[in-house]
Amino acid sequence: MITAEQKPMQEIIQYLAPYSKILLVGCNECVTVCAAGGRKEVGLLASALHLNSLKQGKTIDIKEITLERQCDPEYVEELTSYIDAADAVLSMSCGCGVQTIATRFKQAHVYPAVNTKFMGASLSQGVWAERCQGCGDCMLGITAGICPVSRCSKSLLNGPCGGTSNGQCEIGPETDCAWRLIWERLKELGIEGRYEALVDAKDWRPAGGAGPRKIIREDLAL
Amino acid sequence: MKTESRLEKVLASGAMAVTSEVGPPRGVDPEIVRKKANMIKDHVDGINVTDNQTAMVRMSSMAAGIIIKQMGLDPIIQMVTRDRNRLAMQSEVIGAAAFGIDTMLCLSGDHPKFGDHPMAKAVYDIDSVQLIKAVKDMRDEGKFQGGADMKAPPKMFIGAAANPFADPFELRVMRLAKKVKAGVDFVQTQCIFNLEKFEEWMKGVEDRGLDKQVHVLAGITPMKSVGMARYMKNRVPGMDVPDEVIKRLAGVSKEQQPEEGIKIAVESMERLKEIKGVHGFHIMAIEWEERVAEIVEKAGMYPRPQV
Ligand code: SF4
Ligand code: SF4
Repeated sequence: MITAEQKPMQEIIQYLAPYSKILLVGCNECVTVCAAGGRKEVGLLASALHLNSLKQGKTIDIKEITLERQCDPEYVEELTSYIDAADAVLSMSCGCGVQTIATRFKQAHVYPAVNTKFMGASLSQGVWAERCQGCGDCMLGITAGICPVSRCSKSLLNGPCGGTSNGQCEIGPETDCAWRLIWERLKELGIEGRYEALVDAKDWRPAGGAGPRKIIREDLAL
Repeated sequence: MKTESRLEKVLASGAMAVTSEVGPPRGVDPEIVRKKANMIKDHVDGINVTDNQTAMVRMSSMAAGIIIKQMGLDPIIQMVTRDRNRLAMQSEVIGAAAFGIDTMLCLSGDHPKFGDHPMAKAVYDIDSVQLIKAVKDMRDEGKFQGGADMKAPPKMFIGAAANPFADPFELRVMRLAKKVKAGVDFVQTQCIFNLEKFEEWMKGVEDRGLDKQVHVLAGITPMKSVGMARYMKNRVPGMDVPDEVIKRLAGVSKEQQPEEGIKIAVESMERLKEIKGVHGFHIMAIEWEERVAEIVEKAGMYPRPQV
């Protein structure tokens, strides 16, 4: 899923300073799972913003709403009945949702309330780690199910580098060396011979090197 | 001969080669490069020029390499894949070759996190193995990495690094095999302090016949003090400094430690010379270039062969 974290309160307050009527929009998908921008976080942020304006002797009017999927125009349409009453929209979804709102409502001042981080997996309660950079040409089939693009700090395709230390990455002991993991798994699977195949220089076009990416499915497109 | 490289000629003659290195300055003064190169020039067959080492901005390895080349010496320019994409690296190789530079080293480079621009975006369009292949394809096939034919290809003698000490240890011979497959001509190893481990690695190299396909130059770093030894042991990723080395340095007075450090280096060289497949030395005297000549002489590697 896409992970996110709430922005520092100070930054959000700064964005909203010129406005008094806010439409605060959460999303029921990824940001709900990573507890950054679901219904619950919408409620918490609204209270914090109310408290702040009270302290400053101002009043702020916040309409809370959490959409099923903010990156989907169909659901964003639900904002139509509230948008005119708001001076600004504060979105708690990933950057895709923020942009879907900004595209649909040309006049709306839209601000992000979270920093979109990475595509990751949940490791344990409250812990998420990066697992994919969407390179558009998945290599997991040759790297025993461990991604060198997103998990090696240098995205080496013929790793490991000389910096591996006690099985950890040279950038620090809190990061596993992806190539140590790949090697261990290849061995466990009894296919360690595959390590020696040279991996050619990657074509980064599918990864975004050819410009912003798009998928068009003729079979589904209307 | 694949190239005009003096290092290639020395190695082809069967003699043990010696290389050392010059770190370019963090400013524009070319005299610093000349001064450092002059300190070692008579005692080596090639002078590595580091490329933004430890991810700190310095005079480019290519520019410093040209300065050294224009002194009539033999630079080995290092190139890390951290700072440039494949277009920039190929054009730099061509540019270097146009100035007569004929020997280079392909590296992935330290992560930007370690340097003075930790906020920089690392490039890593390709890795060191892919850079070896790209340079080899230019040299031998006259082909750019993108597939197009080129005119007047750069004739580079291609080097890389090898770290026998980083883990997983069992992978380290295979990793060299990959670089050989990509077309590397020589490797310079990480500084060797743990000789047993190095011997074990070389045994693996020999068992696979890799010693016949690539020249291994053993990495030597003289320790200036016990403090430096401790720092390298604890703080430098992928470095193996056994406790005996630290004990030995700690066992002499502070004033004597530099001499002891040089003694350890020379003794290591004597022992490493006996290992099959070791075809020379790469001396990394960190901010201590003035002692390289002495180390080479004491190890019985002077004068250098005329080729
Ligand atoms: S190889 Fe590419 S697509 Fe596959 S997990 Fe890694 S970044 Fe994602
Ligand atoms: S230590 Fe491992 S994960 Fe870190 S950069 Fe080197 S190969 Fe990649």
